[in-house]
Formats: sequence, C-alpha cells, structure tokens
Amino acid sequence: MECVFGLVGNGFAIVAADTSAVHSILLHKNNEDKIMVLDSHKLVAASGEPGDRVQFTEYVQKNVSLYKFRNGIPLTTAAAANFTRGELATALRKNPYSVNILMAGYDNESGASLYYIDYIATLHKVDKGAFGYGSYFSLSTMDRHYRSDMSVEEAIELVDKCILEIRSRLVVAPPNFVIKIVDKDGARDYAWRQSVKDVTTAAV
Amino acid sequence: MARYDRAITVFSPDGHLFQVEYALEAVRKGNATVGVRGTDTVVLAVEKKSTPKLQDSRSARKIVSLDNHIALACAGLKADARVLINKARIECQSHRLTLEDPVTVEYITRYIAGLQQKYTQSGGVRPFGLSTLIVGFDPYSRLPSLYQTDPSGTFSAWKANATGRNSNSIREFLEKNYKESSGQETIKLAIRALLEVVESGGKNIEVAVMTREETGLRQLEEAEIDAIVAEIEAEKAAAEAAKKGPPKET
Repeated sequence: MECVFGLVGNGFAIVAADTSAVHSILLHKNNEDKIMVLDSHKLVAASGEPGDRVQFTEYVQKNVSLYKFRNGIPLTTAAAANFTRGELATALRKNPYSVNILMAGYDNESGASLYYIDYIATLHKVDKGAFGYGSYFSLSTMDRHYRSDMSVEEAIELVDKCILEIRSRLVVAPPNFVIKIVDKDGARDYAWRQSVKDVTTAAV
Repeated sequence: MARYDRAITVFSPDGHLFQVEYALEAVRKGNATVGVRGTDTVVLAVEKKSTPKLQDSRSARKIVSLDNHIALACAGLKADARVLINKARIECQSHRLTLEDPVTVEYITRYIAGLQQKYTQSGGVRPFGLSTLIVGFDPYSRLPSLYQTDPSGTFSAWKANATGRNSNSIREFLEKNYKESSGQETIKLAIRALLEVVESGGKNIEVAVMTREETGLRQLEEAEIDAIVAEIEAEKAAAEAAKKGPPKET
C-alpha cells in the first residue's frame, strides 16, 4: 500500500511519498520519512521492504559521499542512478533487495531529472513516475494533467490532485504524505500533507 | 612461484626497526607541513616546492578532506599517501553507515595509525613512508583536534605540530610562539611557522582551514595567502623597528 510518485518541472523535480510504516495489520507510525536526501542535490524516494529500503538507500548514500571525497566533485544524477541500478542488478540473482526507487536530482549541466528504478533493476529516465498501488491513480492523474515545464505551484497542484485521488480511491489509503523538491538551490523538504496527526490518548 | 611473504621489518640486535627508521628518513625529506589547533579553527599549511609551469596545480593538492569534518596533510611518499587516504575515506563512510555517526578525529587517527603499524608487522610489505597531520572537529561536541601519526604507527594529539623538512626548527618556533588563538590568529600562526623554513609568498604555500561553524575544508586562495604573508612581514618589520627605536632616546 506504499505510494511513491514524482515528476519533473521547469528546473526542478518533485517527489512525494506516503509516510506510513506498516507491519501486517499494525501501523507502527504515520510519520516515517521515506525520501532520503542522497546529497546536496539528489533525492531518493524509496518503497518496499522496510529493512531493505533503509539498508540499501543508506548504502547508496555512503557510496555517493565516498565518490565525492575521492574525486573532489559529486556524482551526476544519471551516474548515481546507474550505480544504484548496478547494485540492484548484482544482488538480484543472489540476494535481491526488495526496494523500488524514484531518484530525483538537479545537475548544473543537464537540469532536473527523474529516474525510475524498480526492484528488479529496471532503470528508466522519466518525466513522471510512480510505484505501488497508488501508482494506478497517480500515474493516470499525472498523465491527464502533466505538461512539460510546469512551475512549482502547478506541479504542487498536480501532486495534491494525485494525493486526493489516492485518498479517495485506494481502499487502505495512507493518511499522510511528505513532499520534497530538488532544484538548483538543492534538495529539501517542501511540505507534509497530513490528514491524521499523531493521536495522544488523554492522561488517566 | 617464489614466496613474497617473508618478514621485511625485523628487529636489529639493539632493538631498532631499521625499516621504520628509514621510513622516518623519507618523511624528513618530504615537504614541510604545519598544523595548528585553535579554539574554533584548525589550520593545515604545507610548503609547495616550485610548481612546474605546465602542471595543473589543482590536481596536486597536498591537503585533502577525509570527510566533511576531517582533513589531512602529510609529508613523505605521496603515492603511499594516496593508498592511506583512500582507505581512510572508505572507513569514514563505513563508520557512518554502520554506526549512524560520523567518525571522531581520534577514531580515524587511530585507524590510520593502526594501518601504518600493520605494515610494520606483516610479511612481504614495507612501512608507509609518510607522517600525517590530521585535523578536524568531533561531531556533536565540536571540539577541535590535531593529531599526528608516523610510519611506526604511533599517534598523539597536539596543540600545534610540524612534520617533514625542517620540522624541528618549525616545532621550536611553535613552542616559543604558541598561544590559544581563534580564527585569523590561528591561520597567521600556522603561516608564520611555515615561513620560518619556506620562501615567502602565496605561491609557495598551500593553506587550508576548517572552522567549527562551517562544514567542509576551505582552501585559501593564493591572493588571500599573499595578503596574510604581507601582514606578517609588516608585523615583523614593525617589531624590528621597535627594537631599534628606544635606544635612540637619550
């Protein structure tokens, strides 16, 4: 039931992910941040097995850092995406990671980009992408309303339309979402969309 | 296939490890390197022997970052340095991955020193021919540190130190002139110490600074270094003049 989706706009890329941590019928927490800041200008929105998700994305993050210290310059988004795919591919026929990833980044030379990387090491450079049951709704909504070179406001409107669609049509829809943006000024939190805040029981 | 794993570094009858001492000789021939620890600033300065005109100086950086909060400069065999620095950088990221925390300066120093020691007690290898000066700020506490390692694998913390060419005279200067300082004063002390043995001028010195507040290592531009050198020369001249001044009064 995890929902992750994203799109590329005019000089920026936006990714949104649900924030529920689920184990069978139990909701552990509803403010789990699944979008990792890979480096100053890259975001990785991941969904899948929670252990694998954290393990794999942190592994990629540390290797991206190591490259920066060894070579004095950071990896491009394309290079990081290809590295990530390569790691998934190598592990695939031995000990696969069950993680789906949308990697968004901004490079000075090539602008904003979004990469779709699924758990069996498919890699596609895309303008919009989504994972999970929510993708049936968000992809269709984005297909209907997406235009290239949208402004941040227009893109957020579209993201909110997708969240609304997921909330109203997905049977066990996640209540809360986090939205992050990456542009020339870096990768950062944009907003949270919460329909359920943490409930504290009254003191007895 | 001949065996390449016999011990190379072995004791002499009077208890010396000559390979390690020869490695220290290699260090003594290396570039003069100075490190100073201030209250909120740490500085590394290295002598730059005349850069060939055709060489791209950016590719021959002598002061390197190991992580956002740790920097290293060394004297000795630069090729050996590359190997140690690479292993240290991997360890910095590995520590972050497994312990969810950046390394402390002492940890990474202990790691590098441990590597240097291993190569004095392993078959088929020779010791690394370099001494390192490691500076940085510990995560959370943000306390500044300066450490030195050498080919034997020993390490210790310092307020200020020098290694490489003429390190003894630089250390003497530092012992005479060190006092707790911060910011620009720390940088000036490091450069003054290095100028004791290096020809004056921005193009003969490489200086890098790390402060408690900013992340990352800042390499000083040649113009900046020239400006500080000019300040130091002016201060020296004023001190000379002051010495000669008073006796004129009768």
